[in-house]
Amino acid sequence: MNDQTPSASGAKQRLVKLWHLLSRPSATTALGTILVTGFIWGILFWGGFNWSMEMTNTESFCISCHEMEQNVFREYQNTVHYTNRTGVRATCPDCHVPKTWVHKVARKIKATNELYHHFLGTIDTREKYEAKRLELARNVWQVMKETDSRECRNCHNFEYMDFTVQEKRSRARHDDAVAEGQTCIDCHKGIAHELPEGAFDEEKRLNDRNGSH
Amino acid sequence: MKVWIKGSIAGVGLLFAAVMSTSTGITQETAVQSLRGAAEIDEPGDPGDINPQNTEHKFQRSYRQQPPMIPHKIDKYQINLKVNQCLRCHDWPYNVEENAPKVSETHYVDRNGIALDQVTQSRWFCVQCHVPQTEASTVVPNTFTSSADTK
Repeated sequence: MNDQTPSASGAKQRLVKLWHLLSRPSATTALGTILVTGFIWGILFWGGFNWSMEMTNTESFCISCHEMEQNVFREYQNTVHYTNRTGVRATCPDCHVPKTWVHKVARKIKATNELYHHFLGTIDTREKYEAKRLELARNVWQVMKETDSRECRNCHNFEYMDFTVQEKRSRARHDDAVAEGQTCIDCHKGIAHELPEGAFDEEKRLNDRNGSH
Repeated sequence: MKVWIKGSIAGVGLLFAAVMSTSTGITQETAVQSLRGAAEIDEPGDPGDINPQNTEHKFQRSYRQQPPMIPHKIDKYQINLKVNQCLRCHDWPYNVEENAPKVSETHYVDRNGIALDQVTQSRWFCVQCHVPQTEASTVVPNTFTSSADTK
């Protein structure tokens, strides 16, 4: 105890000193030095924040949890967004994380709920995952409807689609979709993952509730 | 007796050797051509052409009971224990709004003759009978002609 008391008071003294240093106007340091130093620290802090946020925006981060790797990721490997004619890929965050900064941060904050359920083990077996699949899919479908399939449209856009090179069926339907103001997810469900049981009934309910189609 | 046994063993041995040498001779001279070509068993065979899928018009049936072929791509459609994406357009009432051919009513009758409101499980996997149409040439030449022509 006796040994600790002087060092504890020493620490306190240092804190008080630091507070005095920070709360008084600088008398000896040039404003330019302060500005430049602040600027450099700003870059370091902001860069560091953004860098670590982008680290969570990679496929390898997504599939570092077995819930993602053993279910959705393996299903996705059989789909057109993983392997296709031209070799262009869409990775997890391309579809599931918005590109614009405000929406991206909002999504990242919501994702803490996913961390919570990871540690709870809510979907840590295939059986639990399958039992939850409809609910999980519904959440994504609902969000995509609300955002007018914003993440799809980072790459796919009606305005740049050449309907003449599409298959007859696609051509007719895309024409209708433009006229009726439909959004991608209204039809394109289960394009990157397995559909849940009861997907079509759920689709109907979603469309009725949102007054589309 | 013993000499006779020894003699016959030697005879069989000679015969075996003769047969072996003859069969090796056959393999070297006229190798059997399998459908995968002349490639050795541990070599990859010729992958062959990929037959383009014909999505422009519907192929006619070649005989009365032929399951109609699929005139569009089905590559990524899911048919599993949970869902059947074919039925999203071809099951009633979806077929009305999608303007798609309706699944035959026979597919709603189970093996005991009971009519169901959904496709019976024994008919669930569409592609067991219905396949996408391709412009493929016959692997083995044959003289089959459509019964529509001979009718």
